Amino acid sequence: MTVTATTATLKAEVTLRMMSRRLAAFRLPALILAYLTYIFFAFDIPGLAERARMDNARLLVADSYSYKTHVTRDNRSGEVSIAIEGERKGSYPPGTAPDWVRLGDETVIDLGGGHVVTYTADGMTYEVPGFGVIEAITSRSGGVVTNLGDAVPDWINASDNRVAITTEAGRVTITRNRTEVFRYSLGWELFFFTLDSPYHGEGLAAILFGPQIDPTRDNLQGAWQDFWGNQMWRHSEVAWAIFETILMAFLGTMGAALVALPLAFLAARNFTPFMIVRFAVRRVFDFVRGVDALIWTIVLARAFGPGPLTGALAILVTDSGSFGKMFSEALENVDRRQIEGVQSTGAPTLARYRFGVIPQITPILLSQVLYYLESNTRSATIIGAITGGGIGLMLTQAIITQKDWEEVSYYITLILIMVTLMDWLSGILRRRLIKGA
Amino acid sequence: MAEITSSVGPGAAHMRDSYMTLTRQRRIYSGMILIVFVALMAAGFVVADDRNAGGFWNGLPNVLAFPSEVVSEAAAKIERLPGNLAKFFPALIETINIAAVSTLVGAMLGLALSLLSTRGLARFPRLIPLFRRIMDVMRAIPEIVIALVLIFIMGGGPVPAMIAIAFHTGGALGKLFSEVNENADLKPVEGLESVGATWIQRMGLGVIPQVAPNYLSYGLMRFEINIRASAILGFVGAGGVGYELRNAMSWGQGRFDEAAAIFLLLFGAIVFFDQLSSHYRDKLTSGEGRA
Repeated sequence: MTVTATTATLKAEVTLRMMSRRLAAFRLPALILAYLTYIFFAFDIPGLAERARMDNARLLVADSYSYKTHVTRDNRSGEVSIAIEGERKGSYPPGTAPDWVRLGDETVIDLGGGHVVTYTADGMTYEVPGFGVIEAITSRSGGVVTNLGDAVPDWINASDNRVAITTEAGRVTITRNRTEVFRYSLGWELFFFTLDSPYHGEGLAAILFGPQIDPTRDNLQGAWQDFWGNQMWRHSEVAWAIFETILMAFLGTMGAALVALPLAFLAARNFTPFMIVRFAVRRVFDFVRGVDALIWTIVLARAFGPGPLTGALAILVTDSGSFGKMFSEALENVDRRQIEGVQSTGAPTLARYRFGVIPQITPILLSQVLYYLESNTRSATIIGAITGGGIGLMLTQAIITQKDWEEVSYYITLILIMVTLMDWLSGILRRRLIKGA
Repeated sequence: MAEITSSVGPGAAHMRDSYMTLTRQRRIYSGMILIVFVALMAAGFVVADDRNAGGFWNGLPNVLAFPSEVVSEAAAKIERLPGNLAKFFPALIETINIAAVSTLVGAMLGLALSLLSTRGLARFPRLIPLFRRIMDVMRAIPEIVIALVLIFIMGGGPVPAMIAIAFHTGGALGKLFSEVNENADLKPVEGLESVGATWIQRMGLGVIPQVAPNYLSYGLMRFEINIRASAILGFVGAGGVGYELRNAMSWGQGRFDEAAAIFLLLFGAIVFFDQLSSHYRDKLTSGEGRA
């Protein structure tokens, strides 16, 4: 009787406990879910769909792998100009044109796939396959008159003064003053040479082994000069910016390590017996870490102006705090016996540190420093965007102008390559250090 | 034997000589590395100084000018400080929320990725290298790149920063988590497998309880880092306290009392969460209060 009774109570108790455990297992997910729900409304995610500019996204994606060539006719003078991305630096010299444009009294633009636009004396015609021919006549008094009538399909946007036609082959805009055709092509335009360079359109083999293209310059040298000085892509400036970013990370990290090492001895319990000194140095470390790179960047930019040095100093100050903390922890864990061994030979204090302590902590410190060097390459990109230096600045500027998205994707690619290389390099060095230790 | 005993004297001298040459050689090598390093630092400093708008030596006396300006202005308007603190507190909450959500989302992402890329646990062992590369790429992309692109598409606000930080956190935590997973005991997993548990059950019941404390400790560390990241991203337009700081700063003199309040809030928040997280991490690693 008693046995069954205890079993029953035990069973009831166990069931109860299991129940509460199960409930507890649900508590954490429920808490997370509640928090995410709060965030969902606090961050106004339902309103995001409205605010998001999907046309911007499309533009960004399309621009990153393709470029457009503008063929513009000034309707007052009748002049036709052709420019890549509509930029002066990418303009074709007057009288020349890519092979899909035929200049003449009537300029014929072949957009491919049967789409043909013709600039006539007083307007244009656009032959759209499967739809027909769209005619538009422009005049000073009447604005833009088309043959479309009232049945305007949704890919045409027409008003009295402006007609825009968007097809899969390109885009045509007609106003009273000018008619413009955009033709999209794959690739990054003029990446190697701009149109004014004699090397534009030449293959690598022709430059390396072919006859001399520019009579005044050696092929290789001339090609390098024109590539490096490319006005549209600014390769030399970009290379400098990447170098500046790495320089910021290098100077900042190494400088921080050099500053932090002696201070770390003051903050380590086994090297500094004075409580007050230890406490003070530690609070200094905490303070510079707590102030954070953002505030340091702003404060230092006021004193030193924008540039890579400011970024390097901001990294230096913040990371001396982090390094100081980590180094002093490493120092507190050193093996006393090695120091005593050196001391037993009658070595002075400095030699004791040099031969008893430094060899023990070097691998740990170096591996931490290398890890920070790699992560600071990323931070230097952000800090550069704030102080105005390095690739971060170029990236923000390119995004703010909202025009050259192919440059944005170029910079992003370069940043990724840079970070990956630093990651790889620091990984190799760290592995070698750990093996050597 | 006889040879050795007879040659002890000259042998020892020889050994000492060769030891000394080796030591000298080593010293020369270390000395050379040191010289190269110092030269690199010096050259780097000169280049950076050269390309900076203001020089280092000219700027050095002015380092304290701006902080003292801010402090004196804040001191002159000390009565406004509580009001300013209250005014920017919601922005601080937003910054902390960005950090918290992105840590949470990033940790979930990292959890899934780490389980998929650990040998012995992976659902699709052949795809381990793929998931590892995905994590590498996620770690490599700086937050600012994603944030700026998303700000262009979605407009300013906390969401772009959240996505950017969560993405990076997913990669960073995924790597740390998978290192933890590698040390997990596989016996519970095998036991669960023998009774026919699915992969999700094996992971949830066999692995997660073992690694949860370490995960939590890494997650807390990441939260600390992410607070700083979300403040800095605010400065480039992603909302929160960083955005307010930029506005106050671009206003210049006259609004430095607001800048001072924001500095104080940010500093306080960072120190507070630093202490909180290191307290809980100590607890977790010393084994008490296993979560």
